[in-house]
Amino acid sequence: MIEFCGVGKTYAGGTVAVEDFSYTVQANSLVVLVGSSGSGKTTLLRMVNRMVEPTAGSVLIDGRDVAGLDRVRLRRSIGYVLQAGGLLPHRTIADNVATVPVLNGTRRREARSAVVGLLERVGLDPSCAERYPSQLSGGQQQRVGVARALAADPDILLMDEPFGAVDPIVRRELQDELRRLQRELGKTILLVTHDIDEAFRVGDEVVVLKERGVTAQVGTPADILAHPADAFVRSFVGADRAERRLRTTDVDGRRVLVDDDGRPAGVLVAAEERRTAP
Amino acid sequence: MTWFSHAWGWVLELTWAHLWLSLPAILLSVAIAVPVGRLAFRRPGLGGALLSGSSLLYSIPALPLLIIVPAVFGVPLRSSATIIIALTVYGAALMVRTAADAFASVDSHVREAAIAVGHAPRELFWKVDLPLAVPVLVAGLRVVTVSTVGLVTIGALIGVPSLGTLFTDGFQRGIVAEVATGLIATVVLALALDGLCLLAGRALTPWRRAVEGAGA
Ligand SMILES: Nc1ncnc2c1ncn2[C@@H]1O[C@H](COP(=O)(O)OP(=O)(O)OP(=O)(O)O)[C@@H](O)[C@H]1O
Ligand SMILES: [Mg+2]
Repeated sequence: MIEFCGVGKTYAGGTVAVEDFSYTVQANSLVVLVGSSGSGKTTLLRMVNRMVEPTAGSVLIDGRDVAGLDRVRLRRSIGYVLQAGGLLPHRTIADNVATVPVLNGTRRREARSAVVGLLERVGLDPSCAERYPSQLSGGQQQRVGVARALAADPDILLMDEPFGAVDPIVRRELQDELRRLQRELGKTILLVTHDIDEAFRVGDEVVVLKERGVTAQVGTPADILAHPADAFVRSFVGADRAERRLRTTDVDGRRVLVDDDGRPAGVLVAAEERRTAP
Repeated sequence: MTWFSHAWGWVLELTWAHLWLSLPAILLSVAIAVPVGRLAFRRPGLGGALLSGSSLLYSIPALPLLIIVPAVFGVPLRSSATIIIALTVYGAALMVRTAADAFASVDSHVREAAIAVGHAPRELFWKVDLPLAVPVLVAGLRVVTVSTVGLVTIGALIGVPSLGTLFTDGFQRGIVAEVATGLIATVVLALALDGLCLLAGRALTPWRRAVEGAGA
C-alpha cells in the first residue's frame, strides 16, 4: 500500500509541479495516474522511491514514511520501469536483468541463473540474454525493463510511461501482458501515462490529474466513463468523442454496436457468451 | 647506418628507459585526471576553476618546470622521478578537460535510471559512469600517451637518459644518423603505445562493437 499524504513539490526554480495531492494505492491493485504533459505525474511517481523529495506532506509505504528509509535500499526494494526501458547500454540483457540482485549482493552467476525465467515471464526468448540493449527492438527493451524491475521480486512496481516508445500494436500487447503479470504476481503497481486509453485498458483504478497534480477524478475506468466529474474530465477522457458514444443496431438478428459516426465497434454478447479471460 | 650497427644495443637500452619514464607518467596522469575530471563535471562551479587551473599548469614551460619539480617535491634534479612528476603534471593537466567531457558524455537518462534502480554513488561511478566514459577517456589517453612519449625526450637536457639522449648526443657529435634514429624511435614508440590504447579501448567497450556488428 502506498499513501500520498498531502504531498507537494515546488522545484528549486520555483515551478510548482504538485500542489497538494492525497491518494492511497491499495495493495495488489494497478493504479494509473493519467494527465496531460506537465501535470506532475512523474514528480508524484518519483516521490515513492525518493528520486524526488516532496517539499510538503509525506509518502508512506505500508504505513512507513519513506523519508525515514535509506534511499538506496528503498530503491532496490521497488521495481522501476522507465520509458524505453532505461537499460544500461553497456551491459548485456542478462546483466541488466540481474542488476538489482547483484547490487543486493547476490553472486553474479546465481543472479544470472534466474534470468532465463524472468525473460520468459515477460515473453522474451532467453536466447537474447547475451545481447546488448541496442541489439533489441524498442518493445523488447521495454520487456527487459519489466524483467529487471521484477528480478528482486519487489512488492511495488513504479512505471513511468512504460509503453510510450513503442508502436500501437506492440503497446496493446504489452498492456495486455501487464494485466496478465499483475494477475499472476499480485504486485502493487503505480503506472503513469498521458494516454487515457492506456489508463482505461490497464487500470483497476484511474486518477485523472489536472495541472499541478490536482485530482480531477478518481474511479474505475467504467465509473469515469459513466460519470465524468466535470467538463475537464469529460473532455480529457473524450466522453463526447464519437468513438466513445455507442448505440446498438440490429444486423440480421445480432446487436451491433456502432459509434456516433455510424462506424461499427463490435457486437453485443449475452453474459453466457463471454470468453473466459485468456 | 654504420653508426646504427655499432649503437643498436644502446638504442634499445634508451628505448627501454624511455618506455619506463613514459608509462608511469601516463598512468599517473590518468589516475589523477579521471577523479579530478569527474569532480569538475559534478561541481560545475568548482569545475571551471579546476579546468582553468589545469590549463595554467599545462602552460608552464618545460625547463622551468624541471627546476620547480625538484624544489617542490624534494627529488634530485637529475632523476627519473623529476621527469615522471613533470610529465604527470603535463599529462594530467592535458587530460582533465577530456575526462570532464567524458563524464558529461554519459547519457543522463541512463544515469538517472541507474540511480532509480538502486545504484549507490560509488556503484554508479564504477559500474555506470566509468565504463560509459571509456570511449572519450581513451581518446584523451591517446593524446596524453603520444604527448608524453614526445616530452620524455626533454629529460636529456638534464641528463636523464631516454631516446632524447640521441638528439643531444647526436647534435654535439654531429651524427645525423643518431639524431634521425632518436626521432624515428620516438615516433615508433609513440605509435606503438597509441595502438595499444586503441586496442585496450576496444577491449573495454564490447557493447560498441556489438552494435556495429549488428549493422545498426
Ligand atoms: N527537476 C526539475 N526541475 C524543475 N522543474 C521541474 C523538474 N522536473 C519537472 N519539473 C516541472 O514540474 C512540472 C511537472 O513535471 P512532471 O515531469 O512531473 O510532469 P509529467 O506529468 O510527468 O509530464 P510528462 O507527461 O511531460 O512527462 C513541469 O512543469 C516541469 O517542467
Ligand atoms: Mg513524466
